[in-house]
Amino acid sequence: MTMALEINKLDSNKKVGLFLVSAIVLAVLPFLIGGLLGNSWLRIVDFALLYVMLALGLNIVVGFAGLLDLGFIAFYAVGAYTFALLGSPHFDIHLPFYITIPLGALVAAFFGILLGTPVLRLKGDYLAIVTLGFGEIVRIFMNNLNAPVNITNGPQGVNLIDPVKIAGLSFGKPLEIAGHTFNSVYLYYYFFLALTVLVVIMTWRLQHSRIGRAWVAMREDAIAAAAMGLNIRNIKLLAFALGALSGGVAGGLFASFQGFISPESFGLLESVMILAMIVLGGMGHIPGVILGAVVLTVAPEVLRDVIGPLQMKTFGRMLIDPENARMLIFGLALVVMMLLRPEGMWPSKRRKAEFDDAKKG
Amino acid sequence: MAHALLKIEGINKRFGGLHALNNVALTINKGEIYGLIGPNGAGKTTLFNVLTGLYQPDEGSFTFDGQDLFRAKPHIVVETGIARTFQNIRLFAEMTALENVMVGRHIRSKANALGAILRDKKTMAEEKAIEAKAWELLAYVGITDVAYERARNLSYGHQRRLEIARALATEPKLLALDEPAAGMNPSETEDLKALMEKIRHDGVTVLLIEHDVKLMMGLCDRIAVLDYGKKIAEGVPDVVRKDPKVIEAYLGAAHA
Repeated sequence: MTMALEINKLDSNKKVGLFLVSAIVLAVLPFLIGGLLGNSWLRIVDFALLYVMLALGLNIVVGFAGLLDLGFIAFYAVGAYTFALLGSPHFDIHLPFYITIPLGALVAAFFGILLGTPVLRLKGDYLAIVTLGFGEIVRIFMNNLNAPVNITNGPQGVNLIDPVKIAGLSFGKPLEIAGHTFNSVYLYYYFFLALTVLVVIMTWRLQHSRIGRAWVAMREDAIAAAAMGLNIRNIKLLAFALGALSGGVAGGLFASFQGFISPESFGLLESVMILAMIVLGGMGHIPGVILGAVVLTVAPEVLRDVIGPLQMKTFGRMLIDPENARMLIFGLALVVMMLLRPEGMWPSKRRKAEFDDAKKG
Repeated sequence: MAHALLKIEGINKRFGGLHALNNVALTINKGEIYGLIGPNGAGKTTLFNVLTGLYQPDEGSFTFDGQDLFRAKPHIVVETGIARTFQNIRLFAEMTALENVMVGRHIRSKANALGAILRDKKTMAEEKAIEAKAWELLAYVGITDVAYERARNLSYGHQRRLEIARALATEPKLLALDEPAAGMNPSETEDLKALMEKIRHDGVTVLLIEHDVKLMMGLCDRIAVLDYGKKIAEGVPDVVRKDPKVIEAYLGAAHA
């Protein structure tokens, strides 16, 4: 008894330590990156946070509930357009972010249910095809809703979207403190970080709840789950809605951060990338999904910076167009990774055991 | 007069040209162990699936504990008080034994997504109660020692017991067991028999499909016999055993 207590105590001490270290690292990270590598790299980190939110949202649908969704970017688009249309000169409406971001999240959740309802009976590859179509429909709507009434401004997109403003402080302008100028990427970093932490807490708590258990049960055996009294329809719709909710939040943040959105940002490739983040990181495992999102956002950018200079140094000239070489190496890395570690970089214990069993038998 | 818990009348179910259930009627009384036997393909499992909402019957009536369950969705059936196990065990393979039973508590708990995210007092208390109840049920069927094992790694006998614990977690009035003794050795079958008698003793009515006729004769209060989708006999074991139609169905006309 006493020993168990001591171990528990040690564990919680370790937890507090880990929490403090990560909090400090995350707090000083922008100064390290912005100071050493420049603002463009901090901008990439900001994007990584957006993708973490997106991947965590999709992880609810794919990782927890086991519903293969290839159109997830549609919810990002819905959140982004909601923010943009209610906070830009396009309609000359300028609602504050604390209204437009929750509203975008709710509209996205509504679209999640809209997508979920007709696909309740589908699973696996059939579901993937329908969700893929849904994603494309949303993008094409954004592209064409400029006539007869101009709602989305079509392929030109929405411009001059309001930056986030908190208590008179606009995130759109550089901030000057004691003679130092901090680019807006610093402010957005902390803002995104705060919301990412919220999304992490939200998904983690959902996973370890009655709802999370129901999702896993449904993924494992939908018939047995129904026979145990689970309302499969509601559980599926809840997964779609809550996944879309996180996607919608990320979309709103993206719109304000970029200041400009167009349908081009919400293509199929984006949906596939977010899915790849989950699979590569470790499906259903929150730390793995975060890792996957960060690696897949940052790696292509690192390659961009490395490949050109490396070729110049070794060969004295460009042998392969850096842009092509970058995608080639990136694609190869994904293939090799999936061959060597199909369960992902950081899988949950359950998933790892699943793959180990598959290898054995 | 025994109190009827479940009553079906004129149940028909067709799959294309196959008339799987033909005008089946039966009544299960509160507190009894009711057996369902019949040769392979007689429609026993189809009837089970109708009674648990997995199949929608074409015609007929179905009442349970005073409620109309004709064509009701599975989760409504479970909520009304019928829980089941499967012939070919269907556990949540990658979840632990404990988690499997906790899923069974879903229908008797309420926490929604908001509660799960905010972790308010009520949700936390409910979660604790779910876990406590799951432990209690694991102890009831005698498998607490494997609570943290994944269901797929359990022995066959333990999986059968876990399925029963998971079904009991829904607080059924009627527990429907589809061939629970299949693949068990005689001593495991004896233990299972004791478990079923304990369940009945604790106030749950039991519906049982089983091939082991000897087990059924010794355990059931009443037995119905299905053949080609029709009920050909019903009654206490001793009468059913001697019914010529039953003997014919099992052994062929020459022996009748």
